[in-house]
Amino acid sequence: MNLVGMDDMTKTVLTVDDSPSVRRMIAMTLEEAGYRVIEAVDGNDGLEKATTNSVDAIITDQNMPGLDGLGFIRALRKTPNGKGVPIVVLSTDSQEDLKAQAREAGALGWMVKPFTQDKLLAVIRKVLG
Amino acid sequence: MKLATLKSQRTITLVTMALGNQTLALPTAYLREILDPLPATRVPGAGPFVPQVVNVRGAVVPQANLKVAFGIAADSIDPSLTEDRRRILVLELQIDGENAMVAIEADAVHEVATIETERLEMVPAAASEWPPEYLTGLYKGQDGFVLLPDLPAIFAAQVARPVVA
Amino acid sequence: MTDDMTAVFREELRDLLDSLERGLLDLTSNPDDPSLINQVFRDLHTVKGSGAMFGFTELAAFIHNFETFFENVRSGKLKITAEIIRLSLAARDQIPGLVDGTPDPEGQRDAILAAVAALMPGAAPAVTTETDAAGRSDTEYEDESDVLSVALAASQATNRLTFRFAGDALGLGAQPEIILDELRGLGATGIVASVDDVPTLDALPVDQCMFAWSMDIPASVTEAQIEDVFIFAEADWSIEAPADADDDASGYDFNLDDFAAPSAPVVAQAQAPAPVAPTPAPTVPAPQAAVASKPAAAADHPNAAQAAQAATIRVAAERLDALMDSVGELVIVEARLTELARQSRDSALITTAEQITRLAAGLRDATMTMRMVPMRSLVARFRRLVMDLSASLGKPVTFSVLGEDTELDKTVIEKLADPLVHILRNALDHGMETIAERQTAGKSQNGVVELSAEHSGAEVLIRVRDDGRGMDPERIRAKAIALGMISADATLTQQQILSLVFEAGFSTASSVTELSGRGVGMDVVRRTIESLRGQIEIDSTIGKGTTVTLRLPLTLAIIEGLLIEVAGEKYTLPMASVHEIVELPAEKSVAKRGGDFLDIRGSFVPFLRLRQLFDCQGEHTTEQNVVIVQSGTARVGIVVDRIVGTNQTVIKQMSKLHSSVRAVSGATILGDGSVALILDVGHLITTGRVSPTETNKEAAA
Repeated sequence: MNLVGMDDMTKTVLTVDDSPSVRRMIAMTLEEAGYRVIEAVDGNDGLEKATTNSVDAIITDQNMPGLDGLGFIRALRKTPNGKGVPIVVLSTDSQEDLKAQAREAGALGWMVKPFTQDKLLAVIRKVLG
Repeated sequence: MKLATLKSQRTITLVTMALGNQTLALPTAYLREILDPLPATRVPGAGPFVPQVVNVRGAVVPQANLKVAFGIAADSIDPSLTEDRRRILVLELQIDGENAMVAIEADAVHEVATIETERLEMVPAAASEWPPEYLTGLYKGQDGFVLLPDLPAIFAAQVARPVVA
Repeated sequence: MTDDMTAVFREELRDLLDSLERGLLDLTSNPDDPSLINQVFRDLHTVKGSGAMFGFTELAAFIHNFETFFENVRSGKLKITAEIIRLSLAARDQIPGLVDGTPDPEGQRDAILAAVAALMPGAAPAVTTETDAAGRSDTEYEDESDVLSVALAASQATNRLTFRFAGDALGLGAQPEIILDELRGLGATGIVASVDDVPTLDALPVDQCMFAWSMDIPASVTEAQIEDVFIFAEADWSIEAPADADDDASGYDFNLDDFAAPSAPVVAQAQAPAPVAPTPAPTVPAPQAAVASKPAAAADHPNAAQAAQAATIRVAAERLDALMDSVGELVIVEARLTELARQSRDSALITTAEQITRLAAGLRDATMTMRMVPMRSLVARFRRLVMDLSASLGKPVTFSVLGEDTELDKTVIEKLADPLVHILRNALDHGMETIAERQTAGKSQNGVVELSAEHSGAEVLIRVRDDGRGMDPERIRAKAIALGMISADATLTQQQILSLVFEAGFSTASSVTELSGRGVGMDVVRRTIESLRGQIEIDSTIGKGTTVTLRLPLTLAIIEGLLIEVAGEKYTLPMASVHEIVELPAEKSVAKRGGDFLDIRGSFVPFLRLRQLFDCQGEHTTEQNVVIVQSGTARVGIVVDRIVGTNQTVIKQMSKLHSSVRAVSGATILGDGSVALILDVGHLITTGRVSPTETNKEAAA
């Protein structure tokens, strides 16, 4: 899938979150684990970056200004290449609410905030292998 | 800078310089560098004490003429004697509560010397030909008295100069 | 979690707190504005969420009730009240302490929480549980595993696991190979793909997976472990005991959603397996997946403006400063290079130098733009200040802010905060009357304080206007005489009298109040504004109010300059102030006594002779030019010997030793390494207008 990357083995993860600190945490954790990470600051930014970059997985926050996480997923899934990319939704909502919403919107996975770096890696391995 | 402050240390390292027929000594703690004279730009209306600015490695630094502060006549020494010996001393010190760079003109720079602070004396209050508020003290050198100017006091007085506009 | 990340969080928190405060204050005047409510909710939500992420669980728990409250407001269940704003602001103020781990000996936090809980009747129980969830750092599905691991008691043999993806799992990004890898990791063997349900090509749905897989899986593998494999990949899977009872086709079809239910039914199923269809009909996609492929609502279309606003990154201020310094150095070296290239007459070198010039200009502009910050970043604290002052002084005021989006160099913004605080305090403390006084004067009970910012050419005008009692010139004059600042018979214009309040040691407050009138004040304000190369003006009408206007340059770092020469000395004028350049008419070439004016297309413009103003030696030899400079509506001509050209001017501050030199606002270093002074246009205009030519010499001092 990653056609333009310098190393085809490197998987690219897009993290969409309006909180710089959460983005940073995700980026640092994943980069340490050998992933390439692109950051986007909200749903609209995420949509642009997801459609202009070749990404292997997306981790998106739910609650963001402008386009929220679920809105972002819905919009992305409608785009020509928007299918098939695993998306994980982050939210502070309880597990069950989130799961239902995430699925409805077209997310593959979900993760409840707060999460640890280990949990994040476990989840991303689960969707990216 | 008060004399008592200096005397709290046993020794002090000074750079001595000629200003007309007078010898001055400045604590090397202030000294950043000694340069050959630089092309200076006149600051209109700045007055005779700090009449110019110079470019010291990309910084615009005011250049002061201490002769004005001490009333040393410009012609108190034959200019031809000092033609090649003129220098500017770039100093860094507190001016009005902020660290600032200032350059001062010297007709010559003599030496850097460490002296015992017990040699430093108060400026005699009476019969002084120099403004006492501008002097920290003096000591006896080989060729007469060496003055220690109170640079922070001198420059503070300049900052306080009223705006005339 | 590294310190680096925590530092990012703290920085983010500062912005969040500012935004939160602004939102809360805005809500006081627009309590029903849904976008404000959303903003406040989101800020609280992010503080809580990110706080919990970075281990500030106490903070997260503290914020939770407020988040819930605003969530209820969002959904229309609760209304914004003055009380909740007050509590939220108080809570906001506790946040830095919570992050820094400051103790709360007086129990303020508990008191705030108790007060907000009281505002949410009936919401309390749900709140408590959720607070727990917010504070926990372990994972939800791991918890579930603990519960579910009892579900299938292990038998020794292997079971047969069969699964197929449900609905649109592939479209959602589920990858069979990952699932299979995980199952192998659990000990799965004999994996077989079944193509039984794959239809003919013409009927094949391209986005669905029609394969099913079956495999042997050790019986020791719990359902929870399998559930864990399929946690994200929606699949129908079943597990069968060894297929001895061949016709029975017994197994369990666990839809993933079943696991959401309490574990009891699962256990029941495990004990009494009910026969189910071996494979669900593939033509029936899960309802969720069907929804997922529906077009999103129109409201979800990306909004271009928001996207533009959102595409930002944060950069530490000192990095920007370092960048600006480097650009400044580059511009100076570039000037030097251009000069050398010109002297060399080497066309290749000249071309390269020109390219460097263009690039440097582009880099400069980009860097400057990066340093521009909207006024808004300052305004929140002012609203708070005015609100607090208004309350403590018992003077109700309506505070409005206009032009919050006006941008200024960040250095200017930073240095503006204190002067503006002072001016606002003055407006409330001295300017504004008491309620009784306002009633007597026939004014509305609520006073008006307005802060506005707008661009005007190369300047930004910032005004603080109040509709208070105004300043009494007679009182100011009397006080100035008493203080010995002016002589008793001095003739001063109203403007000059009002400007006396900017003199050191002047304060009109007859009684020193806690807030202002401490005798240090407006002079410090003026000094600060002038240090920013700005000007301050005051205008006041008794009984109507006072307006303080700050004129500030857009940037402090690099300007486009017009280099001019007078008697061999070079000076720079900010290009933005240069209106036009004309030749000095021959009949004006000799200075005469009395007013000197130029006729510029019918309007008379006073002019200054720099030679005279700056006390230059010698006489000019060539024809002189007049540079017409403008500030606001005021224009003045400046007579110079020669126009050298325009250049990039990296502004260097003048030393404090030259603070008395008003005609010069800064200095710059030219391509040949010499220093050129930057002329203060505002001052020249004042000088030129007050009295052209005669007072030139004094004005230069």
